Amino acid sequence: MSVVETKAEKVAGWNRPPVIEPDGEGELLEVAMGPHHPSTHGVFRMDVALDGERVIRLKPVFGYLHRNHEKIAEGASYLASMPYTDRLDYFCSLTNNWAYALAVEKLVGQQVPERAEYIRVILAELTRIQNHASSIGFLIQEMGASGTPLMYAFKEREKILDLFESLTGSRMMCNYMRFGGCRVDVSAPWLDATRKVVAGLPAFVDEFEALLSTNEILMARCQGVGILRPDLAVNAGVSGPMLRASGVNYDIRKVDHYGFYDRFQFRIPLGDHGDIYDRYMVRVLEMRESIKILEQALRELPAGPIMDSKAKIRGFRPKAGEAYGRIEAPKGELGFYLISDGGSNPYRYRVRPPSLINLTVLEDMCLGHNVADVVLIFGSVDIVLGEVDR
Amino acid sequence: MNPGTEGLGNREQKTVHSGDEESRSQEPVLKTVEEIKAAIEAAVPGAGVEFVSNPSPSAQPSLRLAPESAVAVATFLRDDAELAFDFLSNVSGVDWPDKEVAEKVKVTRTVTKTVDGPDGQKVEQPVEETVEETRKHVEPGFLEAVYHLFSVEKKHGPLVIRMRTANRSDQTELPSLTPVWRAAEFQEREVFDLYGIVYTGHPDLRRILMWPEFKDFPMRKDYVDPDDFEYEPTAHDEVLKRAEEHKGREQGSGIRDQEAAAK
Repeated sequence: MSVVETKAEKVAGWNRPPVIEPDGEGELLEVAMGPHHPSTHGVFRMDVALDGERVIRLKPVFGYLHRNHEKIAEGASYLASMPYTDRLDYFCSLTNNWAYALAVEKLVGQQVPERAEYIRVILAELTRIQNHASSIGFLIQEMGASGTPLMYAFKEREKILDLFESLTGSRMMCNYMRFGGCRVDVSAPWLDATRKVVAGLPAFVDEFEALLSTNEILMARCQGVGILRPDLAVNAGVSGPMLRASGVNYDIRKVDHYGFYDRFQFRIPLGDHGDIYDRYMVRVLEMRESIKILEQALRELPAGPIMDSKAKIRGFRPKAGEAYGRIEAPKGELGFYLISDGGSNPYRYRVRPPSLINLTVLEDMCLGHNVADVVLIFGSVDIVLGEVDR
Repeated sequence: MNPGTEGLGNREQKTVHSGDEESRSQEPVLKTVEEIKAAIEAAVPGAGVEFVSNPSPSAQPSLRLAPESAVAVATFLRDDAELAFDFLSNVSGVDWPDKEVAEKVKVTRTVTKTVDGPDGQKVEQPVEETVEETRKHVEPGFLEAVYHLFSVEKKHGPLVIRMRTANRSDQTELPSLTPVWRAAEFQEREVFDLYGIVYTGHPDLRRILMWPEFKDFPMRKDYVDPDDFEYEPTAHDEVLKRAEEHKGREQGSGIRDQEAAAK
């Protein structure tokens, strides 16, 4: 189907992207950016219509990585889907685990011991830091700074992944959370190693920021580009750092009071302009807040069991009913919607993917900008295709 | 000229402030789902909202909307100052196929039994007796769309609303809520793609995850994989056996079917 003519114009009354008219000189050029394009972070296509360098239409095309995760999960037991959630957003497997565990715990009314909740918070915040660091690294790479800034981010990410590996056995596919707790307890040497890594993080963020935040190229290419209005962001279901960069104060850690986030002192950074630079800045400041949470959680980590004694593992059959559980994942609101019919498999298993829904506004942000900016705007959304396509 | 270069230098680098205090001061005040139902019925006459209980400990009951008034109700939920459900989080399809329900019914009937007569002899006598019988009937299936709403402004939620289609075969239309919440744009496309719910009033209803030529709806419970996906270049015994079992069932969604159709 041609990008230039879509059905979108035929329905009235929706919050649609603006129509940009070509200036009439020359012909329109339709370009398929992707699916094999270095800036698409995987296999993803943007069909763009260009008037010269200017983007006048943009349609994202999904599905290259679709494997019907939801159908597979409906054919497996509740616990058997836990390792498969790792593959959704493979940068942040531990937050995926947590969101799924939280939804199942809501479905069966399962309590989680204090120590397990603290461990979950520690792991989720480590995940957030490494996700934000590498997503900024990729963004800078797309600006043309090939390699070096990304490797700075990856150097720190590697330290965090080493911690994940020594605790869970895997760097990225962690499969760590269980319904009612965690799989293995953290050891004293692991905690010491984590404290050491966390103690080094502020210096890393300082250095990262000193190199980037006032960088002329970054400011020139990011400020005022890809602006997302707060009203559109809320209406389009955008969540996570993208929503907060548009100035909307909504962080599920504060709103839903899950996982003892109430006990920690941290602030929510908000942007003023909603452009790429604000998204970059919100991510940097969120890393700093995550470090604060980590310091508090590591200091206050209580002793005790890591699995609830009433947690059922064999013969796990929730009563008929449904539940929706969500957490603030690094990329936005990650939710799981489960319907149980009383059997050992979920009757319905739905993932609410923040990466896919944040792309709803991609066209709105890109219209009128140069094609080179599309790469940056797309990079600032921070997606992982494993989660977009599921 | 690049729009960014103008702002260089005359803008503070840290454009970010904290929303911490604001979020602390607002405690979530959510009406119960029954109260919301009453508010909808007061605002939208003849809304036809039905309360659906949820026996799970999650305490998330839902409201079933009549498709005719769904857009009006959704607009009310979004625009009402007190409810302010401005954030549509999740759209999910659910398939409920036709199911055979076995019901136990008590039936009273008269049977002839041998009882002891008054003079010690056996006498046959009609006796009324109540027995349990299992009767089966088919409940027609339907497709359901479930929406999870939150309020960014009031910081409350979730409110679960759901709609169902008339059946699973030829009347699968539901009104699209994309005009109310843009968040539904891709998610309703996904429900259309995987479940086959046809959203009327959706601005751009196309398949999103499967390829455009695909025929079937993979998330339905009665979906059967095609026998000739391209990852099986050589049909081996197992595949051929499966194909034999599926003979007569309309497929047309495999790679080779499409290639044949293109010729």
